[in-house]
Amino acid sequence: MLDAIVNGLYGLIAGFSHLHWSNPIMIGVGGLLLFLAIKKDIEPLLLLPIGFGCILVNIPLAGLMEEEGFLRTIYEAGIATELFPLFIFIGIGAMTDFGPLLENPRIFLLGAAGQFGIFLTLALALALGFSKLDAVAVGVIGACDGPTAIYVTSKYAPHLLSAVSVAAYSYMSLVPIIQPPIMKILTTPEERKISMGTVKRTVSQRTKILFPLVVTVIGGLIAPQGLPLFGTIMLGNLMRESGVVSRLTKASENEIANIVTLLLGISIGATMDGKNFLTPQTLMVLCLGFIAICLDTVCGVLFGKLLKVLTGGKVNPLIGAAGISAYPMAARVAQREGQKYNPKNFLLMHAMGANTGGQVGSVMAAAVMLSVLKGMGII
Amino acid sequence: MDNWTFGITMLVVGMGGTLLTMWFLSLLMGVLKKAFPYKKEEEKKSS
Repeated sequence: MLDAIVNGLYGLIAGFSHLHWSNPIMIGVGGLLLFLAIKKDIEPLLLLPIGFGCILVNIPLAGLMEEEGFLRTIYEAGIATELFPLFIFIGIGAMTDFGPLLENPRIFLLGAAGQFGIFLTLALALALGFSKLDAVAVGVIGACDGPTAIYVTSKYAPHLLSAVSVAAYSYMSLVPIIQPPIMKILTTPEERKISMGTVKRTVSQRTKILFPLVVTVIGGLIAPQGLPLFGTIMLGNLMRESGVVSRLTKASENEIANIVTLLLGISIGATMDGKNFLTPQTLMVLCLGFIAICLDTVCGVLFGKLLKVLTGGKVNPLIGAAGISAYPMAARVAQREGQKYNPKNFLLMHAMGANTGGQVGSVMAAAVMLSVLKGMGII
Repeated sequence: MDNWTFGITMLVVGMGGTLLTMWFLSLLMGVLKKAFPYKKEEEKKSS
């Protein structure tokens, strides 16, 4: 009888006795993510479920990420199969107006330059001793695009998924802090004052409808390995621009995106088990991710300067910094920085063009990368 | 393939490939805009 009572009581303290030293630290990390989401309003839609998932998985003996655990089931269903990022992409496509980009197609190039950080960071990661596929996963943080980073990492370096996704989403939300000093260092006051005029509406609806089809077919032929990435964005955008499936468009940008964001967040958090997360490699991934986003900004602004020269001074190089995928944050940063030096300057719509170019550019860069890897026989 | 060759290949082909793809898409967008120009009537219809 006494033994039974003692054993029963032991069952109530077993969780405490099985705590690994890393678990309380990770519960603290989860708490920090919740604090950033709730108190600081930083990417709350993602950081809240990620933070909570992180806390859940660091409570011992619950077995949530073991066979038949509910977090494992969600992870296997949506992350291991890469479905969640793709569902999110349909929503992104349905939400995005590519009009400002189509007004001035040469801005597409800024969306490419804003991705150079991916490849530079990949090279840096290789130099630091990461394996080839791990370096690919680290480099893709430079896409500044959470779903792309998750898609590539879950496929080729799943053991880095938690570090890469936390880095991708955290730095994305820090774009307003990371970018302005770099923009200031790389541009002169005269360049920051350049006015680009107003954006005229000169794109027909037919062009807007054909745009997703052309990107899908041409992009798919050039980089077939990345077709799921830009194919889903373009499906969402075609639904939006066609105007004939408003129910599907609304569902994609609201219900589907919301549900998948919740499941994606909680399953990413569930990969943050202390024993696997608290490693020197995670720290290196976080540092390299930061460098990747800085390099994106550097390359974008420098390419903006090149476009300024090529167009006879018609392009404000600040919009080059918006050629990343963090939408619409990066565009707002370019607008704000431009207005600091010329209060009458209105760069927002031009920067939005570069920013949507960055969205296409990020998935295209990942697609090109995957196709090159396939061509080289690495994957 | 050693890491050095891999890194250089990814830098050159990756960055170049992305830039060329985006440049090609920008050209196609220019062609589309010319083939299907915006007409004032569209604005009236949408408003």
